[in-house]
Amino acid sequence: MIQPLFGKTLSELQEIVVQAGLPRFTAAQIADWLYPKRVASIEEMTNLSKKARSWLSDHYEIGVRMPQKVQVSSDGTKKYLFAAGAGKFVETAMIPENDRVTVCVSSQVGCKMGCLFCMTGKQGFQAQLTAGEIVNQVRSIEEAGKVTNIVYMGMGEPFDNLEQVLKSLEILTAPWGYAMSPRRITVSTIGIIPGMLTFLERSDAHLAVSLHTPFDEERQMLMPVQVAYPIRDVVNEIKSWDFGRQRRVSFEYILFGGLNDTPRHVNELVRLLDGLRCRINLIRFHPIPGTPLRGSSDETLFGFKDRLNEKGILTTIRASRGQDIYAACGLLSTKELVKNEKV
Amino acid sequence: MEKMTGLSAVQLTSNREISPGVHLIAYQRNAGFQPGQVVRITLDPAVPPRIYSICSGPHEAEIRILFNVKEDGWLTPRLARCRTNDTIWVSSPYGSFFCAGEPAWWIATGTGIAPFYSMFRAGWAGNKRLIHGARYLNQFYFAEELKQEMGSRYIRCCSREQGDDVFPGRVSDYLQQGGPLPREVKYYLCGKALMVVEVRDLLIAEGIPYENILAEIYF
Repeated sequence: MIQPLFGKTLSELQEIVVQAGLPRFTAAQIADWLYPKRVASIEEMTNLSKKARSWLSDHYEIGVRMPQKVQVSSDGTKKYLFAAGAGKFVETAMIPENDRVTVCVSSQVGCKMGCLFCMTGKQGFQAQLTAGEIVNQVRSIEEAGKVTNIVYMGMGEPFDNLEQVLKSLEILTAPWGYAMSPRRITVSTIGIIPGMLTFLERSDAHLAVSLHTPFDEERQMLMPVQVAYPIRDVVNEIKSWDFGRQRRVSFEYILFGGLNDTPRHVNELVRLLDGLRCRINLIRFHPIPGTPLRGSSDETLFGFKDRLNEKGILTTIRASRGQDIYAACGLLSTKELVKNEKV
Repeated sequence: MEKMTGLSAVQLTSNREISPGVHLIAYQRNAGFQPGQVVRITLDPAVPPRIYSICSGPHEAEIRILFNVKEDGWLTPRLARCRTNDTIWVSSPYGSFFCAGEPAWWIATGTGIAPFYSMFRAGWAGNKRLIHGARYLNQFYFAEELKQEMGSRYIRCCSREQGDDVFPGRVSDYLQQGGPLPREVKYYLCGKALMVVEVRDLLIAEGIPYENILAEIYF
C-alpha cells in the first residue's frame, strides 16, 4: 500500500532511505522538499537520483490533501474543511489580524470529551488524525507560507492523540521542517494530565488549559473529564513545572450567563491560580443548537476581566472572529458527517 | 511515553471472561473508595495507564474491574491473558462520579455499567432506575442479580437482538418512548462519548435541567 511521506519526521525518513539502500543524507533532502519547499510530487525532488525517486514513487506518495470547502467570514476569517477518511471531516480556521495569520488546527475527528458547550463533541469520537493530517492543515490552506501562529484549538483533544500531536509539533518546529518558533504555537487541552506532562517535557510550545469554572461540581456538569482529571490536580501539576520566562501557560474561560461569571468565581479563580504566572483568556459563548447555556452580557464580561486584573491575574478578552461562519464550533464538519451518514 | 506517577503493584486474584471479549479481573482491595471512583491500570509502569471504573462494592474484599478487550489496543489484550497472581500496576481510587441517597436514573451502555454496579453493591439502588443498553443479550452483565434486586426498575435495551423483558432498541429509543421523564431526579450517564452526548441532548430537549445530569465518559 502506498504511504504518505508528508507527516514523517526526519528519523522516520532516515529509516525509509536506509530501507531503500539510499545514503542517509537523502532523508534531510526529502524533508527539505516536503516541508520548506512544499513540492507536490516526488518527481520534483530533483536533487535525488532517478533511481531514488523511482523507488520512492513505487512505495510512497507526497500525501498532502487540499481542502474540500472553504467559508469566508465578513471579517476575513476563513474556515477550511478537510476530508479525513471516508465521510469524515475536520475543520481548520484561519484568523488574520494585522500582520498576524493564526491557524487553528484540529487534532482528532470528533472528540471523546463530551463538553456541554461544544459542537464537536456531538459527533462523538470518529478517528485520530495523523501528524501529516495535522500539519497538512497548515500546509494546504491558501495562506500557507504566511502563517505566523498556530493554535491546537480546533476539533479534538490534542493530548488524547499525544504521539501524533508531538510528531506534528516536531515537524512544525524542527530546522529540517518548517522551523517555526515553538513560542508561536499554543496547544490547548481540557486537562489530560499524563499527556500534558509529557507535552511539557518534550515540547517548548505554549500551553493553554480549558478551565471554565474553578468549582468542581460546576465543572463536572460542563466537562465530564473533571471526574477523571480534576482541575485542581491539573493546576497543581502546572504549578510544579518550571515554565521559564519565555514559555506561557494560559487558561481559557468561556463566560456563561448566571453560571460562572460571578464575583465568587473571580475569588475562587484567584485562590486556584495563586502563585502561578499565567494569563486568563475570557471567551464569549456563541450558542450552539440545542444548548441550555447562554453567554454573559458584555457588561459582565468586562467587569469579570477588570476584577481579575485588579487581583493581579493578567486577563484578556478574546476577540470573537468569524461568527457568521461559526468559525469555532465544529458545525460545518458535523453537518457534513450527518449528510454522509444519511446517504 | 505519557507521564503520571502514583502506581503500585498488586497481584490479580482472578480473571474471568464473563462474556465474549469482556473480562472481570480482581485484586485485593488496597484502599478505600467510593462507588463511582476509578483507578488507573497498566501492566508496565513505563506504559501509559488507562482509566477504569471500579466494578465492586466498597465493603468487598476485592476491587474488580470490567473491561472490553480492544484487539488493537496495547493493554487489554495483555490484561485478558493475565492469570491469578500475575502483577498489574494500579493507582489509588479517585474521581468524583458520586451518587448516594438521592433519587436518580442510572443510564449506561456496555461496560459503562461498572460504576452503577459498584453503587448497587453499596446498597444505593433503592430509589434508582437503571437503564442498561447493549447490542447483544449476552452483554447485560450481572443481569440476574440486578433483575432480582431491582425488579422493574432495571431496564435492558438491546439494539440487535430480542429477548424476554428486554426493550427492543437503543437507550435513547427507550427514553423517547417511555413517557415523560421525571425532572426532580438526577440522571447519571456512563459510557462512550457519543451515547453520553446523545442522551444528554435528549434529556435537555425533554426539559431536564442540565444541572441534574452528570456524565462519565470512557476515553
